[in-house]
Amino acid sequence: MDLTYTAEQRAFADEVRTFTRHHLDPAVARKVLEGSRLGREDFLGWHRALAKKGWAGVGWPKAFGGTGWNSTQQHIFDEVTADEGAPQLIPFGLRMVAPVIMAFGSKEQQDWHLPKILSGENWWCQGYSEPGSGSDLASLKCKAERDGDHYIVNGQKTWTTLGQYADWIFCLVRTSSEGRQQEGISFLLIDMKTPGITVRPIIMLDQEHEVNEVWFDDVRVPVGNRVGEENKGWTYAKFLLGHERTGIAGVGRCKRIVKRLQHVAKRAQANGRPLIEDVRFRDRLAQVEIDLRALEITLLRVLAAEAEKRAPGPEASLLKIKGSEIQQTLTELTMMAAGPAALPYVREGEHGAPDVPWLSDEAFRFASGHYFNFRKTTIYGGSNEIQRNIIAQMVLGL
Amino acid sequence: MDFNLSDEQKALKDSLAKFIDRAYTFDDRWKIIKSVEGWSRKHWNQLAEIGLMALPVAEADGGLGGTGVDTMLVMEELGRGLVVEPYLGCIVLPAALIRAAGSESQRAALSEGLASGETLYAFAHTEPGQRYERNAVAIAATAKDDRYVLNGKKVSVLGGDAADRLLVSATLSGDAGPSLFVVSANANGVKRFAYPMHDAQRGADIELANVEVGADALLGERGRAAPAMDYAFDVGCAALCAEAVGAMAELHKITVEYLKTRKQFGRPIGMNQALQHRAVDMLMHVEMSRSMAMEAAVACENTDPAARAKAISAAKTLVSQGCRYVGQQAVQLHGGIGVTHELNTSHYFKRLTMISITFGDADWHLGRYGDALLAAA
Repeated sequence: MDLTYTAEQRAFADEVRTFTRHHLDPAVARKVLEGSRLGREDFLGWHRALAKKGWAGVGWPKAFGGTGWNSTQQHIFDEVTADEGAPQLIPFGLRMVAPVIMAFGSKEQQDWHLPKILSGENWWCQGYSEPGSGSDLASLKCKAERDGDHYIVNGQKTWTTLGQYADWIFCLVRTSSEGRQQEGISFLLIDMKTPGITVRPIIMLDQEHEVNEVWFDDVRVPVGNRVGEENKGWTYAKFLLGHERTGIAGVGRCKRIVKRLQHVAKRAQANGRPLIEDVRFRDRLAQVEIDLRALEITLLRVLAAEAEKRAPGPEASLLKIKGSEIQQTLTELTMMAAGPAALPYVREGEHGAPDVPWLSDEAFRFASGHYFNFRKTTIYGGSNEIQRNIIAQMVLGL
Repeated sequence: MDFNLSDEQKALKDSLAKFIDRAYTFDDRWKIIKSVEGWSRKHWNQLAEIGLMALPVAEADGGLGGTGVDTMLVMEELGRGLVVEPYLGCIVLPAALIRAAGSESQRAALSEGLASGETLYAFAHTEPGQRYERNAVAIAATAKDDRYVLNGKKVSVLGGDAADRLLVSATLSGDAGPSLFVVSANANGVKRFAYPMHDAQRGADIELANVEVGADALLGERGRAAPAMDYAFDVGCAALCAEAVGAMAELHKITVEYLKTRKQFGRPIGMNQALQHRAVDMLMHVEMSRSMAMEAAVACENTDPAARAKAISAAKTLVSQGCRYVGQQAVQLHGGIGVTHELNTSHYFKRLTMISITFGDADWHLGRYGDALLAAA
């Protein structure tokens, strides 16, 4: 057992860092590091730079144009790029639908979709949740009826993250109401430009437009856009959710936030001294760092196990729970550090320009906005209550 | 021991509750917070008619001579209705400052406009880079002939957007403690930048550049404002605790209703024991907070500053923790819909969060309570 990186791994980390410093737009890095909201091009610029280098398919096998990196390399990549201020690679294409297409898609689907996902040409979004089907996803009602070579899709999806930017959506649709709910679901790939699709913004509590409702009104989808077999979509959906939950842990991102928090704790004043000298606050900071280190090692253990199987097991739920809780703690501590400076509402412009000119400290500018925004992390990707149910049932056999 | 309200107090609570039920629905509030000013003079005047502005002003100064308990009753209702009109910032806090710091003639002169609701005051104290310090005032005042000149910046001033007059804390060179100055918000050299806060209440950052005021602008005695400021912040904390209880109780009610109506897996989600226990823990926070809001309200009348400080900080610690738990769990139990702007859940959550970090968060007050223990040891 060795929990340190080998010389080879350290060299790999240096390579990733050098590449990132040369190819990541400094303006984008600044936005990420100060916590500003990113626009479509901010995400895509970095994605394209990686694609050019052959690094966009981080967890992909070489056969599909991926890096073929092992789990430790993937983690190093995540950690180093996050540290340098790289935006998160939007997971819906690269980390979610792509593994499904690789595992269950047809040769035609693989040949057509995977290169466009890898290059960033097609931005994907996720059509899972519906207003009445959140935790109980299998009760979904969005309907797809056969009409010759097409499905006619009618219904509504919701919480569609960054759907306003998307070129394609992968959807769970009901193709049968016979038998168990799970047995009447199919997995469709739908071009967002198809007539009958309407995207409507949902404004979140931080007053930002991040998620959407997607409405389908007699949308014609070629049968060839179905992944795998009809009515077997639930199997693919679960496969995908396992991948989603590993990514949600967000260890690299957490480490970056910790760094910012340490910076803030040195700058913020409490009773005329740096806040870091306040033992009550310092203890909180210490505790979250300890939790994060435990999460990191656990993530590496899960990734190592995952490398030997086809999909992550129920342990992914553990990562999702802890990762989301740590992210929330970090944003809460940043808000606490800001104190009264966390009260004003500062709008995050696309270009990060604040509309409050003389706020006391730029480090605090988005402190409470992030705190409010991050409440979603224990809800999305299967709420933490659902994750605990999964562990209780699948791991503990209760 | 008596937890009963007097007939007058019941009548006050009742008329305010009726006003909120009638004129302050979520839709009414939505229109108000989207308006340019961000609050409603019409509603403000109606609150004045009920007697709210005169309530915290002493009878000798032309007010109703209300106690901490009266303010508690008002704030709890305002919390329930998520009222954004700047009652705390422009009435409760300045009234306490004027009462504690002002000379007899100043109290009478300044209270008149405040008690009628016609003159809005705001306490401009916190400075850039500060957190919850009550005495560390860096802003400089210099004496010039028989006048004073103020220079510096104040941030996160509650009601600073709307105030006609600012009560500015500043330290004169050579003085051991801070002084308070009454400054017209429109005086030469006063620049303010108003903004909404996360909970849709309004505030401002204020810059004072060579602002000249007369000798009569000094509120109370030079260099001796610290006890009055401490008192005003304690009164403000007690008011926040009561407001939090009103908001928390309502949010808990909304959440339990949601648990009973939202169905997943063919049954109400409230059938899940894990969620039931969470709802019970929320209720425990509400009731413990209610008790401590009472303790804080009564403590406002305590003439021993050390005893008052201890009770207030005990209350603000526990209530801030309650704000956090109830707010976070309400959102979590609502799921996705809980993090949307269109539902009142998130608005309650945001107000509770802001209350928890205003005038000292749980950690700050825990520290202040601990300091009191140490001082007595």
